[in-house]
Amino acid sequence: MNVSTILIILLIGAFATYFSGDKLASKVALLFSLAALGCSIVLLNNYNAGENISVINSWINQPKISFALNGDGLGLAMVLLTAALTPIIIFSSFGNEYKNAKGFYALILFMAFAMVGTFLAADGLLYYIFWELALIPIYFIALIWGNGDAEERRKAVVKFFIYTLAGSLFMLTAFIYLYQKAGSFLIEDLYKVNLSACEQFWIFLAFFLAYAIKIPIIPFHTWQANVYQKAPTVGTMLLSGIMLKMGLYSVLRWQLPIAPLAAKEYMTIFIALGIAGVIYGSIVALRQKDLKKLLAYSSLAHVGLIAAGSYTLTLDGLRGSVMQMIAHGFVVVGLFFAAEVIFRRYETREIGEMGGIRTQSPKFTSMFLILVLASVALPSTFNFVGEFTVLYSLSQINIWFAILGGTTIILGAYYMLRMFQHVMLGETNSKTFADVTLNEGVSFAVIIAVLLFFGFYPKPITDLITPSLETILQVINKN
Amino acid sequence: MDTNLALILVLTPLLGFLVNVFFGKSLGKTVSGAIGTIAVAISFVVSLLLFNQITSTGKGIQVTLFDWIQISNLKINLGFLLDQLSVLWLLFVTGIGSLIHLYSISYMHDDENMHKFFAYLNLFVFFMITLVIGSNLLVLFIGWEGVGLCSYLLIGFWHKNQDYNDAAKKAFIMNRIGDLGLLIGMFIIGSMFSTLDYATLKTAIAGATNLNLPLLSLAALCLFIGACGKSAQIPLYTWLPDAMAGPTPVSALIHAATMVTAGIFMVTRLNFVFDLATDVQTVIAVIGAITSLVAATIGLVQNDIKKVLAYSTVSQLGLMFLALGFGAYEVAVFHVITHAFFKACLFLGSGSVIHGLHGEQDMRNMGGLRKAMPITFWTMLISSLAISGVPFFSGFFSKDEILLTAFHHSIPLYVVGSVASIMTAFYMFRLMFLTFFKEFRGTEEQKHHLHESGSLITIPLIILAILATFGGLISLPGSSWLNGYLAPLFTKVAGEEHHLGATEYTLMGVAVLGGLLGILIAYVKYFKQDNVPESDENITGLSRLLYDKYYVDEIYDAVFVKPINVLSKFFRDHVETVLSAAVFGLGKIASEIAFQGKKLQTGSIGLYLFVFVLGLCAIVSYIFLAQ
Amino acid sequence: MGNILNQIGIENYIFLSVVLFCIGIFGVLYRRNAIIVFMSIEIMLNAVNLLFVAFSTYHQDAQGQVFVFFSMAVAAAEVAVGLAILVSIFRNIGSISIDNLKNLKG
Repeated sequence: MNVSTILIILLIGAFATYFSGDKLASKVALLFSLAALGCSIVLLNNYNAGENISVINSWINQPKISFALNGDGLGLAMVLLTAALTPIIIFSSFGNEYKNAKGFYALILFMAFAMVGTFLAADGLLYYIFWELALIPIYFIALIWGNGDAEERRKAVVKFFIYTLAGSLFMLTAFIYLYQKAGSFLIEDLYKVNLSACEQFWIFLAFFLAYAIKIPIIPFHTWQANVYQKAPTVGTMLLSGIMLKMGLYSVLRWQLPIAPLAAKEYMTIFIALGIAGVIYGSIVALRQKDLKKLLAYSSLAHVGLIAAGSYTLTLDGLRGSVMQMIAHGFVVVGLFFAAEVIFRRYETREIGEMGGIRTQSPKFTSMFLILVLASVALPSTFNFVGEFTVLYSLSQINIWFAILGGTTIILGAYYMLRMFQHVMLGETNSKTFADVTLNEGVSFAVIIAVLLFFGFYPKPITDLITPSLETILQVINKN
Repeated sequence: MDTNLALILVLTPLLGFLVNVFFGKSLGKTVSGAIGTIAVAISFVVSLLLFNQITSTGKGIQVTLFDWIQISNLKINLGFLLDQLSVLWLLFVTGIGSLIHLYSISYMHDDENMHKFFAYLNLFVFFMITLVIGSNLLVLFIGWEGVGLCSYLLIGFWHKNQDYNDAAKKAFIMNRIGDLGLLIGMFIIGSMFSTLDYATLKTAIAGATNLNLPLLSLAALCLFIGACGKSAQIPLYTWLPDAMAGPTPVSALIHAATMVTAGIFMVTRLNFVFDLATDVQTVIAVIGAITSLVAATIGLVQNDIKKVLAYSTVSQLGLMFLALGFGAYEVAVFHVITHAFFKACLFLGSGSVIHGLHGEQDMRNMGGLRKAMPITFWTMLISSLAISGVPFFSGFFSKDEILLTAFHHSIPLYVVGSVASIMTAFYMFRLMFLTFFKEFRGTEEQKHHLHESGSLITIPLIILAILATFGGLISLPGSSWLNGYLAPLFTKVAGEEHHLGATEYTLMGVAVLGGLLGILIAYVKYFKQDNVPESDENITGLSRLLYDKYYVDEIYDAVFVKPINVLSKFFRDHVETVLSAAVFGLGKIASEIAFQGKKLQTGSIGLYLFVFVLGLCAIVSYIFLAQ
Repeated sequence: MGNILNQIGIENYIFLSVVLFCIGIFGVLYRRNAIIVFMSIEIMLNAVNLLFVAFSTYHQDAQGQVFVFFSMAVAAAEVAVGLAILVSIFRNIGSISIDNLKNLKG
């Protein structure tokens, strides 16, 4: 059994979902996503047992492109994140009715397929194909099942599509250039290519454009808030929970090891950019009126910190940012789901129209509060482990980075608690707020359980990702 | 065995929390209250056992559970350290905690969410224990932020009132400012010594040859900022008075006796770091002295009974930091303990009064409660005497030692501390006279319902009053049990035992006289002359300034909160628009080029053919000319 | 074959094809009737074909003639499609003067 199994399961799942009809679609999709989760756990087991789970087949001879999937700890961690979040996302959507459900759920599975592919691909062109493939389902999900005015939505989604696509083209150019040099798209060969500092700079920049738009790092984030707001919540969860991790993951996997000289040379600039994102995102989030937009900007702040951690090029920084990616993936899915739960009852996302939910649904309040606290990295949640590690690594580069990046714990608390106060507390709302359903409760409980468990015991994840990160660092430091 | 004890100690309150969260509602109010109380009481019993063990063996117990966070040069365990300091803290945290739980069963009985209240209280005790017994700074940090969370939950316990929620939020955020300092301090220490573990750190510092002292001082300063946040020192003190929005038992437990002393605990715990950073120690002493004075002046004119006590707490915490600044850790710890006794008693007493008056907190509407609430009166009187430093009550000994230490190091700070103490005596007795003497000034209906509180409320009061009376015995001048007990913790010779010479007796006399003077002024003003504080709009001049707390909240609002919000609006409305327009602009440029280009396509085939031939000629001539 | 070339000379072939090509060009530029333009283009094409064949003989290399076969086949196909388009244009518009065909304006 190797990593391609999970891709096959997801792809078959997407087709099976589509052909199962509208009524069964959601259940079939859940079944296949759970199968994928099970498969990834088995793979994890095999990997820990020392089995080789990578795949390498030649695919096209001229130019030399291989179907190469690399099952190392880092890739597996990201695959696990995807495989764990997909069923949660699908399960959480059971409370909604979607027209043409078969298409909807098939697209979700297809997107999971493409994202898993991106995390596993060990061949530049294959990776690029998966990377772009992931864009297509989310485009349709946001366009067809999104909310708000159709014209505005189309505008936002098309902007997102073109913008990210344009960024990726620079990456493609970089890959083609690298192919000229290396004669192969295989990642090991690309790692080995000798590039002058100038070449590395341009390649680094080309990758950066693609990733900065996807992650997003300021000032390339303008698509984010609008798309998060306009997309259906499932789409927002997929985008924020997993898809933006594709960008962050790619920084670690592709950008840094391929252009290490440039990475070292311009490290401070990119760390500063990430930290600027932290502060900017936090401040903008303060005064948002739309709940989903607020969460979008909070996400901007968090990924800024993760990116800054990655660019430190230290083991702590990389490890912290991977842990923070996973933690943020879970918490942001939970928070967007909370927004959805409120929307199901109040039909609004305006914070000003909410309030006083706590008296009506204490259960929901508790769960929401835990997610809010996880998001502000309270110790004993997984987010704290990640944030602490990242901030520590930043402090090793320059103490001011840690102080400025650390403002996230103040500003984050400010905007999140402010939001919590206006959404949940206050006089009992005149509109009734039905208590959480079993389905909603289970979705929340799973997310919270994951966050708390790894908050106290992050060792399994640390052990999983550390060897691959050390390999990457070796490549970075080889010269 | 030790591991099990430690786990029982920590996990029982957590269990109480879980039971109350999940089943509290169905269990009924009394049962859920009882569960909460018993959970803490069990921890108290375990603390007693541990205390017994520590005093007999004299050695700390180190318990390591498992690896928690792995950072390249730092390995952080989830572990506990039970030594003299932590067990001492445990004793009064769980002891006073149990009493306050007991008290709350009666106090909160009318609240529909009583099970939640107990759940939060238990959670608080859990985090507080974690804070105290953590074996490294990061475990302390779990507790540190955890108690902040519980404080947030409990201040905003009556969550329908947005003002209370604002107060809760403010407390959390101001604490987080301190927490950032604490984190940075940890980063510096971690990178210097590759450990955050107390024991390892102590040996590392003791064994270090080339210490980077400026960096260590910076770390100490950052840690102190953390302590400022949690222990409400200038400039981060403004959350504590607002925190009085929470139910009174919360104010007693969290905002007087236990959580706010966490800063002092941390500094004491890391005494070996602070001892090396003498500049920072000076900063601590100065900030402590100023805080104690500023808070005392504000306390002089407050009319809300809990606000008076809150400012008094800030002021007393300032005194403790004054002692810490001089490296007199055991003195600060001594005052922490006595303060915990009398301040908890005062808060619980004020709670009893508020309970009796159905929520009335303004002292202008009280008075004459002495007859209706005799037990409350007597216990509060004892505690007031203790806090005012009247001889032979516990506060006398501890406060006197602080002032004595200050006198030996810095006369100006001694004066500041003494003035603050005189003010303390004044406002405490102002409170007593306004509340318990003369005629009742409330409504007829309130008067009709006046009654002494039930036994669940009075028993804790009595116990605390007894402790407030005799608590001083643990560290009598000359033969201090406490100093000897804590001695293994400190690198310096534990408390240069003050020889009780003439100077000391004079100072003691001055302090006592000062305290009596404060009481006397209060007596004259509020008993003899029968003054009642003016209503809000009539307050003018200096008292207006004090009454409005030097407008510090307003200043913070104008300097920090407003600008950030304005910036946020500016970013949202302008910067975001510009950035977004820039991206759209790129698209616009492309389509503009296309628009211009399409004009070439005239549709005239003749023209196309002409251009085609022209192009052909151009190519041909190029080929010829190139040769 | 060689002697035919010897008799006439390669220059004459080149002259002929140049003349033919120029006729084609002038036809394309001056005539307005789409069929005539079309025919002129064919003349240009054939001028080139002629040159191909001539040089193929001159160099004693059959490749040129193979090319001509290809280009003739393509030209035939092109003529078939082109005439069909013209017929359909005539049916729709009633004229095949290229001055009237301006629907491709951008």
